[in-house]
Amino acid sequence: MTDVNTYPETASQPGEAGFGDYVALLKPRVMSLVVFTALVGILVAPVGVNPMVGLASILFIALGAGASGALNMWWDADIDAVMRRTAKRPVPAGKVAGGEALGLGLALSGIAVVMLGLAANVLAAGLLAFTIFFYAVVYSMWLKRLTPQNIVIGGAAGAFPPMIGWAVATGGVSVESLLMFAIIFMWTPPHFWALALFMKEDYHTAGVPMLTVTHGRPATRTHILVYTILLVPVALAAAFTGIGGPTYLAISAVLNAGFLWGAWRIWQRDEAQAEADGYRTEKQVFRFSLYYLFLHFGALLLEASLKGFGIGGW
Amino acid sequence: MSFRPDHELHGRRLGRNVGVGLTLVAFAAVMFGLTVVKVTRDGPIEGYDHVVQPHLAQEASE
Repeated sequence: MTDVNTYPETASQPGEAGFGDYVALLKPRVMSLVVFTALVGILVAPVGVNPMVGLASILFIALGAGASGALNMWWDADIDAVMRRTAKRPVPAGKVAGGEALGLGLALSGIAVVMLGLAANVLAAGLLAFTIFFYAVVYSMWLKRLTPQNIVIGGAAGAFPPMIGWAVATGGVSVESLLMFAIIFMWTPPHFWALALFMKEDYHTAGVPMLTVTHGRPATRTHILVYTILLVPVALAAAFTGIGGPTYLAISAVLNAGFLWGAWRIWQRDEAQAEADGYRTEKQVFRFSLYYLFLHFGALLLEASLKGFGIGGW
Repeated sequence: MSFRPDHELHGRRLGRNVGVGLTLVAFAAVMFGLTVVKVTRDGPIEGYDHVVQPHLAQEASE
């Protein structure tokens, strides 16, 4: 008698998935941003949170974000397979079956939402459930293949984590949490369109209606500048709320000046110039946009820390 | 008593199984920590406080 015959097909499968492949389904790099912004949302709130409750809440928010990533990889496997940037993801690479990604995504979604509800409160759990629904259904299944505004509206999914963190601490929604949401929401389009400018072949090949494909590259450059201009007042406005202060205002002013300058330079260039220097400016602005978001939330955290010494805030 | 040698599948899936095991242990640790916090943060309670406690009711009425 042997147990080997109970799973002969599995045993003969070449290149089967390891634990790391299942972790990759959860988009760990995106999760790290989610962890950071949710942590800031919790720490800048005026209400203290028990460290264990805070840690567990961040864990479940990250798990929910990872689950939505797995659902996205299940649904977008056909697109991912033809895009150079995503072709090595576990599903298109044939390491994890689509059904497994779907099952993992659904199971982790349920666990994350229920556990966040038990650890924190129902509002935070509800916001997390809506975030997963928004990313998996509204963005991935509906908007991504339908409209060049996919990034604009889909960006909301990435903007929810600090709002959820705030809800974990306060049990509510306020101007401060809405502004943290708005910063990420308004930042997402210029960030991704800068990427789309120098990854053009990928989106063309996959047939994803990115702005660069549907409206052309000059229009995308204009959109980057317009959305960056719209982002500036949102980011600065946070300085004048309960989570802001002079330190945040100073850091935000410098970062916004830098982002505006970058967007202006992108707008002034044409394709010939960009191709001549290998999209150097576009790549620089994309990289700067990552620092922009990280440093904005870092500044909020710094402002909250300074309050502990009686020198933060207004 | 002798042990049968492991099937090669066990070796191949070692990483995955260890990963799942560690994840479950971490999940149990988080659950334990959360439970301790939830149970202790409202002050002293009795282990069976879901039943009527006449002495508490008496204190409240005094």
